[in-house]
Amino acid sequence: MSEIIYNKFDWDVQPPRLSPEYKSTVLRAPTKPLILTKQTLSELSGPVFGDFNLGPLDHDLSKNSIVNGEPLGERILVHGRVLNENGQPIPNTLIEIWQANSCGRYVHKVDQHDAPLDPNFLGAGRCMSDANGNYKFYTIKPGAYPWGNHYNAWRPNHIHFSLFGANITNRLVTQMYFPGDPLLQYDPIFLGVPPKGRDLLISKFDMDATEEGYALAYRFDFVLRGNNATPFENI
Amino acid sequence: MKQTPSQTVGPYFAYGLTPEQYLYDFKALVGNEMVSPMDDLNCIQISGQVFDGEGKLIPDAMLEIWQNDGEKQLFGRFGTGTDPKNRYVFHTIKPKSVDGQAPHLSVIVFMRGQLIHSYTRLYFEDEPGLNAKDKILNQVPEDRRNTIIAKKTSNGYQMDIHMQGENETVFFDI
Repeated sequence: MSEIIYNKFDWDVQPPRLSPEYKSTVLRAPTKPLILTKQTLSELSGPVFGDFNLGPLDHDLSKNSIVNGEPLGERILVHGRVLNENGQPIPNTLIEIWQANSCGRYVHKVDQHDAPLDPNFLGAGRCMSDANGNYKFYTIKPGAYPWGNHYNAWRPNHIHFSLFGANITNRLVTQMYFPGDPLLQYDPIFLGVPPKGRDLLISKFDMDATEEGYALAYRFDFVLRGNNATPFENI
Repeated sequence: MKQTPSQTVGPYFAYGLTPEQYLYDFKALVGNEMVSPMDDLNCIQISGQVFDGEGKLIPDAMLEIWQNDGEKQLFGRFGTGTDPKNRYVFHTIKPKSVDGQAPHLSVIVFMRGQLIHSYTRLYFEDEPGLNAKDKILNQVPEDRRNTIIAKKTSNGYQMDIHMQGENETVFFDI
């Protein structure tokens, strides 16, 4: 077997470490050059959650924390594929999800935004990609909220994701945005991504995937770092 | 295809990624007990604090540890928001040397203020022979190697992480 080497981060689309408009990068971004290393067993492996028993409602944030009624807000489903840069699907990989409620409030104790909590919405969930790399989950469309980075700064609507993929080089934590959001042009976290990468973070409204009378739908694909292996299967 | 760009984990990851540690009502996938301190006699505690460029303690970082010595594969995750000293704490075992490398843990650091996560390693100070020959450690300028070599404590090892400053931790482009 020839040696498989995973691609490095693609800085044409990945955000730089220091992005001063996003103020908290100033004291938290490493300043010294990264040390370039050869990938060893540690980098070419990673945690596998394939046999983890997800809860029956982990993939449905609109139902997984109901106390006394339906959560408030617009029910949506989000679906897509997990792939690598080679275009190969990444099956059975874990996707962790967290977000604000429809009013723009997080359950997190640190969030002091003066918007109501929803007793029937936690805002956390997870799902796995299937054998073909497809995933789908249900949730409530998150609201915008102010965050104090600069005068009257509001985060655009977004959902947080965490993915593992093939090994620790594939690790991805990101945020998905919604098409047409007027706040995107003012958001230094979104704008921290180079222009070529920004569209990759905006989901697409997907009329064909909507469920009649139940949920609107958005499509979002994840592309993790690929490798030098020649794909033997062209999907 | 183009890589999906990274975005910050933000300040509100805890109820999604480390819910049980932060006492949220959601089952956690992983925690900081990579082995059980009760069951494994070889269990060690790995701990440290995370500091920003002004030397201030960072109370909202999340660390992940991955180790694979060919025999055991272990993964842990912990946020710095619950320990009284805002330490990260993991219970694990010391990995063996594999492929001639010195024993080490892979560490992934996430926090608000990082648009993309940082990778580092944790080596062990009581492995001077293997550390001296370790190919990756040898790529690090000599005066910075000590930033990723953990110090022995009574029950394990300790290594602080400095995002910036004189003792800035070595981060890797893996």
